[in-house]
Amino acid sequence: MALHEPSTDTSPATGSDPSGSLLARMRRIDPRSYVVYLAFLLILAFFAVTLQDDGFLTSTNLLNIVKQTAPVSVMAVGLVFVLSAGEIDLSIGSVVALAALVAAIVLRDHGLVLGVLAGLGCGVGVGVLNGFFTTALRLPSFLVTLATMGLVAGIARWTTDLEAVAVTNQTFVNVFGSGKVGPVPVLVLWTLGVVLVGHFVFRHTRFGAHVLAIGDNASAARVTGIHVDRVRLAVLVISASAAALGGLLYAGRVQGATYTLGTSDLLIAIAAVVIGGTRLFGGSGSVVGALVGSLIMGMLTNGLILMGLDSNQQMVAQGALLLLAISLTLREPRGR
Amino acid sequence: MASVEAPAAPLVRLDRVRKEFGAVVALQEVSLEVGAGEIVALVGDNGAGKSTLVKMIAGVHQPTSGEIVLDGKPVRLANPNDSRRQGIEVVFQDLALADNQPVYMNMFLGRELVRGPLRRLDRARMATETQQLLDDLDVRIPSPRATIRDLSGGQRQGVAIGRATHWAQRLVLMDEPTAALGVQETARVEEIILRMRDRGRAILIVSHSLDQVFRISDRICVLRRGAQVGVRETAGTSGDEIVALITGLR
Ligand SMILES: Nc1ncnc2c1ncn2[C@@H]1O[C@H](COP(=O)(O)OP(=O)(O)O)[C@@H](O)[C@H]1O
Ligand SMILES: [Mg+2]
Repeated sequence: MALHEPSTDTSPATGSDPSGSLLARMRRIDPRSYVVYLAFLLILAFFAVTLQDDGFLTSTNLLNIVKQTAPVSVMAVGLVFVLSAGEIDLSIGSVVALAALVAAIVLRDHGLVLGVLAGLGCGVGVGVLNGFFTTALRLPSFLVTLATMGLVAGIARWTTDLEAVAVTNQTFVNVFGSGKVGPVPVLVLWTLGVVLVGHFVFRHTRFGAHVLAIGDNASAARVTGIHVDRVRLAVLVISASAAALGGLLYAGRVQGATYTLGTSDLLIAIAAVVIGGTRLFGGSGSVVGALVGSLIMGMLTNGLILMGLDSNQQMVAQGALLLLAISLTLREPRGR
Repeated sequence: MASVEAPAAPLVRLDRVRKEFGAVVALQEVSLEVGAGEIVALVGDNGAGKSTLVKMIAGVHQPTSGEIVLDGKPVRLANPNDSRRQGIEVVFQDLALADNQPVYMNMFLGRELVRGPLRRLDRARMATETQQLLDDLDVRIPSPRATIRDLSGGQRQGVAIGRATHWAQRLVLMDEPTAALGVQETARVEEIILRMRDRGRAILIVSHSLDQVFRISDRICVLRRGAQVGVRETAGTSGDEIVALITGLR
């Protein structure tokens, strides 16, 4: 074991790769960063055993879970950027409804391309609005997006008189809902695509590094020349745009839109992101973790339904499980 | 006011620099030169104007009148980025480090290295260069991939100074870099400062510790309530004289 003791002589071994040995690398991994994967496997195993006769572990059901969670997974990816930057976006649930409704209406009256652009444009617009108030007027994003959450939800209800809008454009339904590419459902592809792009930008670009630096220590980021406000605006646009895409995915899947779409998704997306190892207060995050967190939330809903719990009981079980998950993943080590 | 011969090529020259904040005169007519490979200490009581002077050279504040001259050319430093572009780096009192990021990311904060057409972060190269740089300065850390919050206060200050050394082509400004450190860590940081000087950087350091000032500086500039009351060669003065200048008592 002596070999594995942390060396007290901290001068680097000459000529060695500065990343250190595999062992040194593994020691540096925060245990909280892989708890989410463990939790995923445990919950999967739990339902697989208890719901053996209810078809939980069939490929159809598992694929269903991924398809049903697609909008939340996409929202979660956007939220990773916002939370890592030390901001929050409470408006994403409302943006889902507005983007879906606007897309459905414009789609019906002006065709596919304009419909999609209008839906995504809602996201960009709300994101810019959030970003403007947060950066130019130096208001906390918590309050700004709390306000726009209500504002956007109000617009969604008002403009449609609470009516549902049907989506009959088959191309749209194929691309954003029930279509497949070969054997793979498009909703799975959208999820994977957004996660891959999100992961790359977050982990492998200067922008991603700046997001983390700002969430960690905004004044340190500022004195090193990072354009703090530009990055803050960008993360808010990213999250609202992701939510708008989530809205399109809903509209495609249910072939229509109502003002109720996405209303419960804000909390589920935040839970998914936080379970996935993103710090609620900025400075660290994980896009892949957020996807796994989102799948955990989807698995819970699905498993609890199969267990025969009604929606009230589901809420209780989800809340309890969420508390458990958060305690496991977020507990700060003592003495820090 | 005693005037002292400056070195042949002053990298940085302050020419009758004055700073007012509204009705408050924070600094009146300070003239000072710092040459390459030279450490100038800035001393004075609380509120004497030391931080204000540092912040003007760092581009945080702009002089009300007077000039900042770099290599013989008057410059206007409208913001911190202007200063950085002129080869001036600051080691802040409250360590401008991002605690949850690795050492190499902090070293390259705002100037990250990228590679390939996708401009991917080049983490390996940033880590290697960080290791080399910290080795050169003999700053000992477990690994360039270690997270800042896992380092001691002295190691953190070492990283902050290493970053300044790496990017400063001309001048490193330090505002009480050892204020929060213990005796041993202070000694380590002083060694690092001396090595940085040996690499030809000009250094302007604010310090409350006269012992430290006498250990490492070449010249001492004393401020009292915004006025420059004297500049002395460290070798040719005494603690008593500096204390008398700081307090204004004989
Ligand atoms: N941003 C500011 N606005 C107004 N007054 C300031 C500002 N910064 C410093 N001062 C004033 O300038 C004087 C010098 O302050 P400072 O440079 O911080 O002194 P020191 O660093 O020597 O303790 C003090 O009287 C302080 O109150
Ligand atoms: Mg000060």
